[in-house]
Amino acid sequence: MIEWLSNLANAKSLGLVIFFVTFVGILLWVYGSKKRGQELESFKNIPFLDDEPEAKEHKP
Amino acid sequence: MAAVSVTSKEQYNFDVVRQFSVMSLVWGVVGMLAGVYIAAELAWPLLNFDIPYITFGRLRPVHTSGVIFGFGGSALFATSYYVVQRTCQTRLISDALAKFTFWGWQAVIVLAAISYMLGHTQAREYAEMEWPIDILIEVVWLAYMAVFIGTIMRRKQPHIYVANWFYLAFILATALLHTFNNLAVPVSLFSMKSYSLFSGAQDAMVEWWYGHNAVGFFLTAAFLGMMYYFVPKQAGRPIYSYRLSIIHFWALSFLYMWVGTHHLHWTAIPDWTSTLAATFSIMLLLPSWGGMINGIMTLSGARDKLRTDPILRFMAVALSFYGMSTFEGPMMALKSVNALSHYTDWTIAHVHSGALGWVAMITFGSMYHMIPKLWDTKLYSQRLVYWHFWLATIGILLYIIAMWISGITQGLMWRTFDDFGNLKYSFAETVAAVRPFYIMRVIGGLFFFSGMLIMVYNIFRTIRQGAREAVELEAKFAAKLAKAGA
Repeated sequence: MIEWLSNLANAKSLGLVIFFVTFVGILLWVYGSKKRGQELESFKNIPFLDDEPEAKEHKP
Repeated sequence: MAAVSVTSKEQYNFDVVRQFSVMSLVWGVVGMLAGVYIAAELAWPLLNFDIPYITFGRLRPVHTSGVIFGFGGSALFATSYYVVQRTCQTRLISDALAKFTFWGWQAVIVLAAISYMLGHTQAREYAEMEWPIDILIEVVWLAYMAVFIGTIMRRKQPHIYVANWFYLAFILATALLHTFNNLAVPVSLFSMKSYSLFSGAQDAMVEWWYGHNAVGFFLTAAFLGMMYYFVPKQAGRPIYSYRLSIIHFWALSFLYMWVGTHHLHWTAIPDWTSTLAATFSIMLLLPSWGGMINGIMTLSGARDKLRTDPILRFMAVALSFYGMSTFEGPMMALKSVNALSHYTDWTIAHVHSGALGWVAMITFGSMYHMIPKLWDTKLYSQRLVYWHFWLATIGILLYIIAMWISGITQGLMWRTFDDFGNLKYSFAETVAAVRPFYIMRVIGGLFFFSGMLIMVYNIFRTIRQGAREAVELEAKFAAKLAKAGA
């Protein structure tokens, strides 16, 4: 097994498969479920959670 | 998602954010001044004055380190400390360690600039610092990593906002890149000189693995972190698609590490590495544009604001340049295009459309948003922001158009043969042909630099105004307390 992996031609292909499968997995995880999608989209509001009143106006 | 109410600014450590913000502007002025000066040296070599300390070769790394690590780096420290606190709704894990990162990082920039002018360099692009400074960077960076990760670990908000993912990728990748690219053996303990652990083509590949990932993670991923926080904040609406930002992050992280070798097309490296780098560079267009579209769509919902808000304009232009330079980059990574563009000023045009158009413009926009909040005041002058915006935009256009023309002219002249198969033009003839564009570049640089000076004045007045208002508020509060006591 180690001998097979130490061959650069095999390691390159295996690396490609691992990265590709992981990325497809992330894609499926992100877009695969409507409920999860809604939950993920709700995180976009985090920057606004600690807002302070914007009392001061800009000087023209 | 937990909504934690935040009532007091004291719950955050903004001191270190203020310090880094101010130094970012200081280094911006120093680095850009050095840039304008070396551009002038290329147009008028007389400006070298036969003084070795200010020759192009020595001042050039002062310019690149000044703007990348001084201006950009300090802005990244400032905004990452600001964003991680506000989105995790917790204070930095250690004030002392954060303070150490500030003084350590400033020491790095000062020592680097002095050592370059004295002629000490390890001749690795964007990593010219010799080994003692490299060790200092390593220590400061590990401290930075500890502060950032420690702060995330004690967050009150269960979810880690996507901007922090980008900042974290930048911190981790930079640690990795810096460590391996700078593996070197010093000549002696008391000598600045060192030799790389790698040699030949392998050394070049390590250098450009570092170099391009410095572009990818330092100058892109980190500033995308800035974009994912400050664009929604300034536009007053959340990011267009959070799911797209996740895909953007992972795709960018997977792809960037493979593309560095496109800097070495047509050299003595194995051909397959060149092809691999070109292929991944083309693929990189997709996540880059995904992120750009995410930012632009966020802004498109605030179109009315774009007409009246110059800060938002900085961000819109930044995203446009991000889109443009991430299209140009993959195109230049194609071997056939690279055969024309490599070693010419086209590369300089590409670098500056990214560095000025994307990195500097998103930084200006973010700083204009953040600094008034840090000093709890309003911006001194919106009109000056408009002035800055137009000077910067015109400056960038002059700069990159000059370098595009110059670069393509060089590329075409270098590869022209006469009827006998000899090179048609001597090198000196190509230099004479591009000189007008070198002068045009100086003018573009001066425009951009003038805008930077206007920003520094505007921010200086903003900070003074904030300090005065704080004193007045304190006096009012003390008078009220005294009245209540009586």
